[in-house]
Amino acid sequence: MSTSAAGGGRAKFLIGGGLIVAAIVYLIASSTQAAAQYYLTVDEVAERGGEVLGRDLKIAGAVIGDSIQYEADTLTLSFTIANVPGDMDEIERAGGLAEALHRAVSDPNAQRLQVVYVGPMPDLLRDEAQAIVTGRLGEDGVFYADELLLKCPTRYEEEIPLQAQEG
Amino acid sequence: MIANVGYFVLVMTFLLALYGAGAAAYGALRQRPALVESGRRAMLLTFPLITLSALAIIALLLGGEYQVEYVASVTSNSMEPYLRVTALWGGQAGSLVFWSWLMSAFASAVGLRRWSRDRELLPWVVVVTMVTLAFFLAMVVFFENPFARLWLTNDGQQVTAMFQPGGTVPLVPADGQGLNPLLRHPGMVIHPPMLYLGFVSFVVPYAFAIGALVTGRTDDRWIRVTRRWTLVAWLFLSLGLILGGRWAYDVLGWGGYWGWDPVEIAAFMPWLSGTALLHSVMIQEKRGMLKHWNMVLIIVTYALVIFGTFLTRSGVLSSVHAFAQSAIGPMFFAFIGLTFVVSLSLLIRRWEALKGENQLNSMFSREALFLLNNLLFIGILVVCFWGVIFPLISELFTGQKVTVGPPFYERATGPLWAGLLLLMGVAPLSAWGSASLRALGRAIWLPLAVSLFLPAYLVLSGTVTHWAALLGFWLAAFVGLVTLYEFWRGALARHRRAGESLPLALWRLAGRNRRRYGGYVIHLGVVLMAFGIIGIELFQTETQGTLRQGEQLTLGGYVVTYDNLRQWDSIEEGVNITRAEVSVYRDGKFLGLLAPRRDYYYVAQQPMTIPGVRSSPQDDLYVLLVGWEADPAAGATFKIYHNPLVNFVWAGGLVFILGTLVAAWPDREPEPAGQRAAARAGTLRPGREAV
Repeated sequence: MSTSAAGGGRAKFLIGGGLIVAAIVYLIASSTQAAAQYYLTVDEVAERGGEVLGRDLKIAGAVIGDSIQYEADTLTLSFTIANVPGDMDEIERAGGLAEALHRAVSDPNAQRLQVVYVGPMPDLLRDEAQAIVTGRLGEDGVFYADELLLKCPTRYEEEIPLQAQEG
Repeated sequence: MIANVGYFVLVMTFLLALYGAGAAAYGALRQRPALVESGRRAMLLTFPLITLSALAIIALLLGGEYQVEYVASVTSNSMEPYLRVTALWGGQAGSLVFWSWLMSAFASAVGLRRWSRDRELLPWVVVVTMVTLAFFLAMVVFFENPFARLWLTNDGQQVTAMFQPGGTVPLVPADGQGLNPLLRHPGMVIHPPMLYLGFVSFVVPYAFAIGALVTGRTDDRWIRVTRRWTLVAWLFLSLGLILGGRWAYDVLGWGGYWGWDPVEIAAFMPWLSGTALLHSVMIQEKRGMLKHWNMVLIIVTYALVIFGTFLTRSGVLSSVHAFAQSAIGPMFFAFIGLTFVVSLSLLIRRWEALKGENQLNSMFSREALFLLNNLLFIGILVVCFWGVIFPLISELFTGQKVTVGPPFYERATGPLWAGLLLLMGVAPLSAWGSASLRALGRAIWLPLAVSLFLPAYLVLSGTVTHWAALLGFWLAAFVGLVTLYEFWRGALARHRRAGESLPLALWRLAGRNRRRYGGYVIHLGVVLMAFGIIGIELFQTETQGTLRQGEQLTLGGYVVTYDNLRQWDSIEEGVNITRAEVSVYRDGKFLGLLAPRRDYYYVAQQPMTIPGVRSSPQDDLYVLLVGWEADPAAGATFKIYHNPLVNFVWAGGLVFILGTLVAAWPDREPEPAGQRAAARAGTLRPGREAV
């Protein structure tokens, strides 16, 4: 192979590779734009108010057990979440996620938000679970979720059961 | 007592691993073989020691020693012994020990191989594996001690400490908290060890690569030695991912198998870079090219393995995989950063020595197509990485946390997956070296045209009109056709040449070149999975409704009739079971009973929904019991999914794993070094047969 042919080949490959890289960058940028969701705490939703109406949001909060209502005929689930700090350090200072959730639920002054979701009742939905809901805020101030993720930190690790006894 | 011994052994092993790494490095630098040998022996000794420590944890778990915090947090009285044993990897501390145990096992296996032809690499393999091991052991010894116990202070505070703090009494809970019922599934019992096996096996090729960089032995030795390790690592990662998907499908009750959850992606990323590596090392072996690239790939894979272990075990990112956050995050980042920087600087030092022996001649040669394949895999990897870290980046720059969900990944990776499918069909027909578009076109037009029959049929029969599905089915059919044709061509040639019967020819063909034909079997598995994924992603339908006894719901041609519902307590399992029975009909024909259930675990205070599933090759009918009235005859609510082609995903997964086993099976192939030398001298005609 002569140097010139190799050189010409090289340019060809660089252009080809560059085009593919550009395509990948375009895919990432445009998909990010199309699928971005603001990740907010309940406090932030209340602060922003109308500004976030109708936008794709993801909100994390603590589930208040007494508020859980389920209409089995229509599979309509409704519950209220209380504000949990969004900052990891703050949660850490509160003594971990389980403790932060517990505080959020027991604090009557914590900002709250009603969530409506249509679908089967998730197994992990319970008092003091962390709910991460994705959807939109309606004009009526209710959050309509199309996706519902739940975390129960106490169930996996951390706290030791209450029936602990002195031995 | 057991806890003290276990902890003591862990501390000893930690020190031993540090000694091993130090002795091997010093011995290599000062040319003192005796010290290197001592380092190797230290490495061999870590395995029995960690085994002892892991056995200590298992003994505590089995004995229900709830004073040990770890035991109390992952087991409970109602758990069966086998689940208690597997609770070893049910929590953070235990899984770090389990990881270390696997690491020491693999390091010992490597330490015991014959080192005659590559002895200079040995000390550095010891250094890399022992530094990695020491890091994980340090996490356990200093931060996440599985042997720490519970104590109660005079004023009623509960503290966790290894040794009794002054003024406290031991605290022994009557029962542990137990493993989440959702995790008590065989798939979930095997899934984490599979991923860990995959993660840990990737450390071995990385260790050899670093050895090659440090010693300057920059030929293909490291690749040749570790090829099988890489395949095995990849096999376990694939298995872990497939089992995880199956678990989600069986247990999570949304009729899906993959949710683009950050923790799933964390395991997926090393798989992607590993897949790219498996392909590109072939280019290095055959053509002596891409040597820098392969080094970069193995370094990135190692970093992703550590990152993956960290992500699955920390609370940095919101995820359904809820594990507690802990102090070990910064340590992991420091370790990843440090090893990454050191590896890259070693690579830069050897940059000149790793120059390629050939150049790309043609856009349509096999090596160019492999390079393109690598670009696409890395593209998908970048998409995943971007998606995972985007919340952190956006928060850093705008103060606002912005996340991206599954639509982001689907939209951004979809075209890349399609490109990979196309390549999978084209590459086997391409030639090494100088290849022309015309030659490639001649080989390709027929399968491309024949495979058009599938989408044409689907359109004309009115079954499918979705353009993306048609494109996907066409590409998958094309790959399937090309791959089967490759088998047929090879077998036919043997049949004609040696007069073997066709099945025998096929068997011998695959046996003679396991790697190539194993690879093709893997491709067939991917084709099947592609059919399944397109089927469930684009054609899944669902319905729901509350039925009185005898009433019915219709979905996807199936009729589901509600028969009855029973509720009872299972004392020994601590569960209340609600079980409905529904009859399934199609075209008026009775197909069978399904029993969707909802179990309520008293101790965990958690229900678990278990679907009733009717599987057939073309689809799954997936019935969930959602709710019921006080009088069950008056009404029970069901959610039903119709999942077309989903079983192709599982069947494809099986074929995929079989193919990997074929490729990884010990092969009596000749050292291809001679072949390469011949190719370099120009005596080997570039062509399809020169594989």
